[in-house]
Amino acid sequence: MELRKSYFADVRKDDLHEIGQPRPRSDSPGHVTGKTAFFADRNFPGMLHLKMVRSPHHHARIRSIDTSEAEKHPGVVKILTAKDVPHNVYTILILIQVGPEDETVLADGKVRWKGEAVVAVLAETERAAQEAAAKVKVDYEVLPAVFDMEEALKPGAPLVNEYHGQNYYLYDSGECRKVRFGDVEAGFTGADHVLEQSYQSSPIEHAPTETTGCVVAPEGNDRFTCYTNTQAMFFTLDNTSIILQMPGSKLHFVGGTVGGGFGGKVDVIVEPIAILGAKLTGRPVCFIYSREEEMQISSPRAAEKVVIKDGVMKDGRIVARKVTGYTDAGAYSRHSPYGAQKGAGHYPGPYTIPNVWIDTYCVYTNRTPSSAMRGFGVTIGDFALEVQMDKLARLIGMDPLEFRFINAYRDGDMKAHRQPTEGAALIECMQEASRAANWPVAEKYMAMSSYVKGA
Amino acid sequence: MAKVPVQFTLNGSEKAEFVDSGTTLLNALRDKVGDTSPKGGCHQGTCGACSVIIDGELRLSCLTLAETCDGAVISTTSGLSENGVLHPLQRAFLDTFATQCGFCTPGMIMAAKVLLDHTPNPSRDEVVEALSGNICRCTGYEPIIQAVLTAARANSQNAA
Repeated sequence: MELRKSYFADVRKDDLHEIGQPRPRSDSPGHVTGKTAFFADRNFPGMLHLKMVRSPHHHARIRSIDTSEAEKHPGVVKILTAKDVPHNVYTILILIQVGPEDETVLADGKVRWKGEAVVAVLAETERAAQEAAAKVKVDYEVLPAVFDMEEALKPGAPLVNEYHGQNYYLYDSGECRKVRFGDVEAGFTGADHVLEQSYQSSPIEHAPTETTGCVVAPEGNDRFTCYTNTQAMFFTLDNTSIILQMPGSKLHFVGGTVGGGFGGKVDVIVEPIAILGAKLTGRPVCFIYSREEEMQISSPRAAEKVVIKDGVMKDGRIVARKVTGYTDAGAYSRHSPYGAQKGAGHYPGPYTIPNVWIDTYCVYTNRTPSSAMRGFGVTIGDFALEVQMDKLARLIGMDPLEFRFINAYRDGDMKAHRQPTEGAALIECMQEASRAANWPVAEKYMAMSSYVKGA
Repeated sequence: MAKVPVQFTLNGSEKAEFVDSGTTLLNALRDKVGDTSPKGGCHQGTCGACSVIIDGELRLSCLTLAETCDGAVISTTSGLSENGVLHPLQRAFLDTFATQCGFCTPGMIMAAKVLLDHTPNPSRDEVVEALSGNICRCTGYEPIIQAVLTAARANSQNAA
């Protein structure tokens, strides 16, 4: 690997010598010998298995739950419903004041997506738990459901989540996160061309080889050790503390070894109910998603729709950009209000545009709740933006790479969300890309720099 | 439920267990014998994380009933190193950065071992084919393929 030190040579003080040098990974010896302890490699005598009874409907009222037959099933030790959960309604990001609490640990009176957890069954064996779960009778009154974001935003659409009161997340800025910079309409009026395009994506499942789960062991002193593959240890600890109304000092979380996460293991789903099961039975508890649950139940990347309208000059300058972004949160917030907000900050892309208008909506539908995945909030946006950039270049008959040089942000440029650009290196990356891909651009672009003296 | 006795050799040691009829070899190894190196990624024979070697053949332990392994000779990744010295495959996986999250690694190494046992100097295509039943979701296939080819070269140099 070549480390080019010519870039920013006059401003860099570092003397990097680690980059390009192989260093052994500290976890690899455990991986290649089979000694790495994943959560499911913990086994305790008398461990119970937890299986979830899940909603077969996208949207339904629960008239009644009858667990009497399931309780009689051989091997069943405990059955949990909403009333057993001390603080049943929660939302993960309440820790950073993103509310309201809008999701139930176990459904209480209503289900809002197909697969929602309703009843937890704890039994001596996985098989007994599975068989007993099939004997739980839930009487549902099916309600109209909505699966499309634009349908969900129309007046009269079925209300997905009563805790919000409308099918979008209410930001302090209103029905969407807004960025306003310059005068976008004046920009369009003065533009040589205006191009508006829509882009959309479907949910994507992370599909880690190790499914989501945890193993909980009561320590006999009112403390519980939870072995988990969460990617968000402290979110999980703190949310579990809230849900179970237990001080954090009673909860010992052991993790950090994750068999593939990619953002799919940042939600707080399995730990609170497994710890509750361990607390109420005094037994170790194992709650592991089946492969089917991992694919159907765990949060995917949100479906998104992005509408981009750009005003561009014949010389290549983008003079106005208006973006409306929609993030499909599914039935509950989880990390999606944050994802949609990230999009609002990100949508101008790494380009300096004088007139920008952005609205991003976090929309509730009766779909599987979405959450984090690798750059969520910006990844789909980047796909849309860069396809749009290619279309704009084609529209004005310009080389797509040179078109990006013209609009690339540089140090000191004010971004639409009022953060001055610092430490930009887009131009230098594109210069390297131009060489590496053998896609030559005019010499004046190869002479450009992101670094602006005094900026 | 009546328990079924089963005896087999695991990584050179004799093992005897009573299992419920219908118990998979994967669960018997992990929960009864305590060898957690085979992983349960799908329990339906699609991911390869549970791969073990039974009587010289690569098998999915999640689709193999423990009671059918009576008298079998079984190898897993946890038994591959000898006296603390890594097997050439383990060494190669380390040196070529062929592990990321590590969950698929024991199964990958088992699949690779069966390949090299039968085909000491495989082509790249043969390596790809041999690993085709093992999913790496961190998408580290290229380093994994390189690791197997590296181990094969190390083996042939030692043999020469």
